[in-house]
Amino acid sequence: MTEPTLQVEILRYRPETDQDPAFQTYTVPYRDDWVVLDALNHIKDNIDRTLSYRWSCHMAVCGSCGMMINGEPKLSCHAFLRDYYPNKIRVEPLNNFPIERDLVTVTDDFMEKLESVKPYVIPKQERAVDEGPHLQTPAQLNTFKQYTMCINCLLCYAACPQYGLTPDFVGPAALALAHRYNLDTRDAGREQRQEIAASNEGVWDCTFVGECSQVCPKSVDPAAAIQQTKIASTIDWYKALLNPWGKR
Amino acid sequence: MAKSNKPIVWSLFAGGGMLSAFVTPVLIFITGLAVPLGLMSLDSLSYDRMLVLAQNPIAKIVLFAVIFLPLWHAAHRLLTTLHDLGLPKGRIAMTLCYGAAALGSIAAAVVLLRI
Amino acid sequence: MSRKPYLRKMPKSWWLAQRRYTSYMAREMSCVFIGAYSVLIVLGLYRLSQGRAEYGAFLDALQSPPSLVFHAAALVFALIHTVSWFSLAPKAMPLQIGEKKLSGGPVVLAHYAVWVVVSAGVLLVARI
Ligand code: SF4
Ligand code: FES
Repeated sequence: MTEPTLQVEILRYRPETDQDPAFQTYTVPYRDDWVVLDALNHIKDNIDRTLSYRWSCHMAVCGSCGMMINGEPKLSCHAFLRDYYPNKIRVEPLNNFPIERDLVTVTDDFMEKLESVKPYVIPKQERAVDEGPHLQTPAQLNTFKQYTMCINCLLCYAACPQYGLTPDFVGPAALALAHRYNLDTRDAGREQRQEIAASNEGVWDCTFVGECSQVCPKSVDPAAAIQQTKIASTIDWYKALLNPWGKR
Repeated sequence: MAKSNKPIVWSLFAGGGMLSAFVTPVLIFITGLAVPLGLMSLDSLSYDRMLVLAQNPIAKIVLFAVIFLPLWHAAHRLLTTLHDLGLPKGRIAMTLCYGAAALGSIAAAVVLLRI
Repeated sequence: MSRKPYLRKMPKSWWLAQRRYTSYMAREMSCVFIGAYSVLIVLGLYRLSQGRAEYGAFLDALQSPPSLVFHAAALVFALIHTVSWFSLAPKAMPLQIGEKKLSGGPVVLAHYAVWVVVSAGVLLVARI
């Protein structure tokens, strides 16, 4: 009996030779415990060593293997062949990012945005080591815990039409992380983050398409974070209007 | 310090969206379908009744809110939707959308004050 | 090695590419009907201010087939707006009691409950 096979159609782009990206089809063995990343590894090891893509953990933790799979942003280590078999699978690099080579995208834009929202605890006062740890109750932790789960896989940016239309938009994961630190009881950096999050390129470009939350493999729900930031920023704005002599 | 003036339009958008989520379907049903089709009596919208309603100061405020907020909601959403459809974000589109909402609101206020 | 990153253009018809984008667009399109309906109320009030005959003509116009078609479509889109608005409401107001995050279900249900009461109230007032 011959082994069952599956066709994988991959968008290739080799900057030194290609003018435009083009699809190339490979036939790979079908195993029901294989994910798309396994198929790519099979191609790379046995069929075409020139294929480029990023991956590391193979367990939905590192966030480096995001790709468009049949038009949907997914972690390729998390997308089982059995969900597509016997149909062809179409694999493309993540939408909305420039293609560096084959399935590898240029993510510098996100890295800059992530840095701009200061995604780390900014304490009101530095604590000396002998003051001990800054205690936080489980209830306080749970207000933001979901937002800490982000693995920077950028599926949400690939899913977001507003990011595609307005590349200056800070975007879902960065805004969700800003919200995460704003909600943290140890943090006092909200004012600084608001400079970015509440600016014109911050939350206001979001039209609540909601796709970021749909595709997020870690249930971070960036759409909710953005919505809550819009409300809080609006309240700030009216407060400042009513009390122009208040702080700031 | 305001980082952006978007909160003004966004709060009108959100308020209007909330209000119209609750009241627009039933209003459309009554005035556009039930009464014209005879499912509800024409008296519901009769001249005398509507006049009494529109002359009541509290009803005037309610009517104004029901016109004004959804109108701004719609104008803001129209602007973002035109952008979604490929129209560049610019002063012209913004002036047209918000300008239309402003004109509509003024017209509503004038008509309500004069009844 | 020289780099030459390739940026793919987002097609204008992106919202047709996927079912969820298309329903997003349907939701956004509700604004056309909600805005038009607001204008229609202003028009009705204007006719009312002009007098009995003019207002009568406005009521007659509401019975015309184009008006009925418009309102039927407007009702469908208004309902799309209502349903989508309610379904997103929990994202704006996360609830947590003690350590436990609550699911959004009750928030959505509460919106529907208020909606039913408001709609019934308006219907009742209209009939009296
Ligand atoms: S929010 Fe979710 S989809 Fe976006 S980068 Fe983080 S883990 Fe990925
Ligand atoms: S390989 Fe690490 S997330 Fe897929």
